[in-house]
Amino acid sequence: MDPELIKDCVHCGFCLPACPTYVLWGEEMDSPRGRIHLMGQHVEGTPITDAMAGHFDACLGCMACVTACPSGVRYDRLIEQTRAVVEREHVRRPDDRAIRALVFALFPYRRRLRAMRLPMRLTRRLRAFLDQVHPSLGAMAELAPAVPRSVRLPPLVRARRRRRARVGLLTGCVQGEFFPQVNAATARVLALEGCDVVIPPRQGCCGALSLHAGREAEARKFARRTIAAFERAGVDTVVVNAAGCGSSMKDYADVLAGEPGWAARAEALRTRDLTEFLTELGPVAERRPLPVTVAYHDACHLAHAQGVRAQPRELLRAIPELELREIGESAICCGSAGTYNLVQPEAARELGDRKAERVLAAGADVLVSANPGCTMQIAAAVRRAGKGEIRVAHTAEVLDASLRGLEPGILGRSPIRRRMP
Amino acid sequence: MSELERLTARLAAVLPPGAVITDPVRLRTYECDGLTHHRATPGVVVLPDGAEQVAAVVRLCGEHGVPFVARGSGTGLSGGALPRTDGVLIVTSRMRRIVEIDIPNRRAVVEPGVTNLAITEAVRDQGYYYAPDPSSQQVCSIGGNVAENSGGAHCLKYGFTVNHVLAAEIVTPDGDIVELSAMDAGYDLLGAFIGSEGTLGIATKITVRLSRAPEAVTTLLAAFTSIEAGGHAVSAIIAAGVVPAAIEMMDALAIEAAEAAVHCSYPAGAGAVLVVELDGPHAEVEHQFAAVERICRDSGAFEIRVAASAAERAAIWKGRKSAFAAVGRISPAYIVQDGVVPRTALPRVLAGIDRLQEEFGIRVANVFHAGDGNLHPLVLFDDSVPGEAERAEIVSGRILDLCIEHGGSITGEHGVGVDKARYMPRMFTGDDLDTMQLVRCAFDPRGLANPGKVFPTPRLCGEVPGVRKGAHPLVEAGLAEQF
Repeated sequence: MDPELIKDCVHCGFCLPACPTYVLWGEEMDSPRGRIHLMGQHVEGTPITDAMAGHFDACLGCMACVTACPSGVRYDRLIEQTRAVVEREHVRRPDDRAIRALVFALFPYRRRLRAMRLPMRLTRRLRAFLDQVHPSLGAMAELAPAVPRSVRLPPLVRARRRRRARVGLLTGCVQGEFFPQVNAATARVLALEGCDVVIPPRQGCCGALSLHAGREAEARKFARRTIAAFERAGVDTVVVNAAGCGSSMKDYADVLAGEPGWAARAEALRTRDLTEFLTELGPVAERRPLPVTVAYHDACHLAHAQGVRAQPRELLRAIPELELREIGESAICCGSAGTYNLVQPEAARELGDRKAERVLAAGADVLVSANPGCTMQIAAAVRRAGKGEIRVAHTAEVLDASLRGLEPGILGRSPIRRRMP
Repeated sequence: MSELERLTARLAAVLPPGAVITDPVRLRTYECDGLTHHRATPGVVVLPDGAEQVAAVVRLCGEHGVPFVARGSGTGLSGGALPRTDGVLIVTSRMRRIVEIDIPNRRAVVEPGVTNLAITEAVRDQGYYYAPDPSSQQVCSIGGNVAENSGGAHCLKYGFTVNHVLAAEIVTPDGDIVELSAMDAGYDLLGAFIGSEGTLGIATKITVRLSRAPEAVTTLLAAFTSIEAGGHAVSAIIAAGVVPAAIEMMDALAIEAAEAAVHCSYPAGAGAVLVVELDGPHAEVEHQFAAVERICRDSGAFEIRVAASAAERAAIWKGRKSAFAAVGRISPAYIVQDGVVPRTALPRVLAGIDRLQEEFGIRVANVFHAGDGNLHPLVLFDDSVPGEAERAEIVSGRILDLCIEHGGSITGEHGVGVDKARYMPRMFTGDDLDTMQLVRCAFDPRGLANPGKVFPTPRLCGEVPGVRKGAHPLVEAGLAEQF
């Protein structure tokens, strides 16, 4: 916890209403200002107590406070440093440790996720039982999406029409396994817009989950591997369609700052969110009408961490006959926040319910969400509210449907996705 | 066992689970509000969820003779919510329901923890808004606004909090729940309560006036080479009979800070910018706009920008509204000062501030509500340089002296709190202060409600915990009556 970064906070409180946990509980120590104060106490010598660690753990890392802060406090860096200190210095409760170990042994590994497909079909039925064993297991069961058939992407998708760019595509862990159709749509959209899309088959986890949980060494390992994978693929721009992954990849140079050689290589790798990249590139492919009403959900790691708000809206609005609606309280996190809904299930559930209420109030046919975590979180909250399966599509899928002239009815109802019993 | 400990043991019985904070690490996060150079860790923090709970806590404080302090969002800039180490901090951040919106009667009933901006957001679609707009409106609570009688950029035309609160349900220092209304016959107790900085009780429900959003709003940004030229424009605008919704001025240093923070793109090379907002019926705004534009040009404005859309207006205001916190970008630490001078004295006072900067080697950024002469000098210093904080403190105090000398006041809208209590005797005589104390004692004879604030030294009944013995000296002398 860098004392200089802590000192930047002038205690004005502008971050309070932006903070999801302050919105929920109205407590100073569960606000960014309060957490920074706690960090300051630790720097001054107060050991990390259970109470202190609890307030750090309760932070979603949504970065809405970074957007709200007029003094430019780097809360993003502070909380990352703090989480690492908590990991090193604080001994968690045994059940908490076990859940975290399970999460981090599973999610960053695609092959392990794949192995979970069969058990996942059972989890929803077992939810009540799992919830009794541990609320985190219950949350996992509740969030599990209907498992689609896997989609195998070729290592290279060639540009249709004149080639304008050559980019790498990060397929991600959760995105790749649970939402493979999103990666397929992303590759198609990029190709139709004139990009050669290189998809390294042996890319692993980008390290986002580990990084945002303070597991520094693990995050660095994943970061190095990801950089190497795209260097081998010979691309200098990586297009990412998952908000959390994009934001952590953009931080690689900081993550690897202690390893100069790697930091320079990280610097050389350009990471762009899909919508950011497409907006910079400019459209050439024809947009066909898509008569549908969509509500766009701001993923925190896109809106707050990467400042990408206008681009996805601009791309969606450019689709003829598509009506774009806003969701109330769009800057407040849905509660997914990486692994937050697994390790802090109660708070995540409250935030999910709050978000679901506002999403439903928007009254759109389809929810557009650019982060797999948010998609699962909001879908689960809507189910909990007794409103059945909400149709959720990624921005890439909406663009893909327009570029290919598909019926809007398929959005969020992909035929490859089977309903769970 | 201290009285505080005895009281703390009884709090759980009157509050919901999780509403009493005693953990020392947690308590410390409440040690200050927006003014960080006064700190005190509260004895205990409570987070009540309704008027009954507030009243129950206040009654317990009375029974044990323990002082209490109310706090909203903790954004105050005079240390009004500075806790007592031997007392209870009553935080209203969980009381944030909008109880009723009554458009036909143009009023809304809200709990004290509701933010200022949340009221406007709740009624904007129906074409209404809540007029007072402190720069911290997105976070500051309406309860805190009532306690401080908060102002804001638009108070020049529309008045302060006191002009927009119609009624308040308060918990008195005795723990009674009482309704005060602007419609009450007799003494204006609501008027006395608003701006009493937590010394007369705690507001638990507030009825605010909703104002109709104006038909037209025009915001212009005028850039001048010097602050004097800007000041001249302000005086000329008011002299021309135009009452803008707001006239705000920022000097070069404040512009630099805002630029660094929010990239507001104010004109380069400006020594001062003036933000003028006009609102009202279309025809009137158009007419006034022409006058304002001409006056600005005549006063030497080298660039004038007019906001063509709500987004552009927001961009102009963003620079101004984030200026305080933005100063954090150009200085490790700073003091926000708040003083008032007659508009006509502005140039002389600003020249005086310049002299102070030179004399003490301390930079001062100026942001002010120019229309009503409310200055917000931001005194910048580096707390890691020995002696600089002390020098900044002196400069900050001297600025208030300047305000008093020129017939102004030591606070425009931030309140006296703990920070300015010591300046009160420079503005008021002993008799003045004693008379104010009589008002306070009428509400709070035991001095348990936010003691140590507003008044400089322990005087009379107010500052001594426990029941005062004997009659008030003024009463004894036959100079005043105690009700």
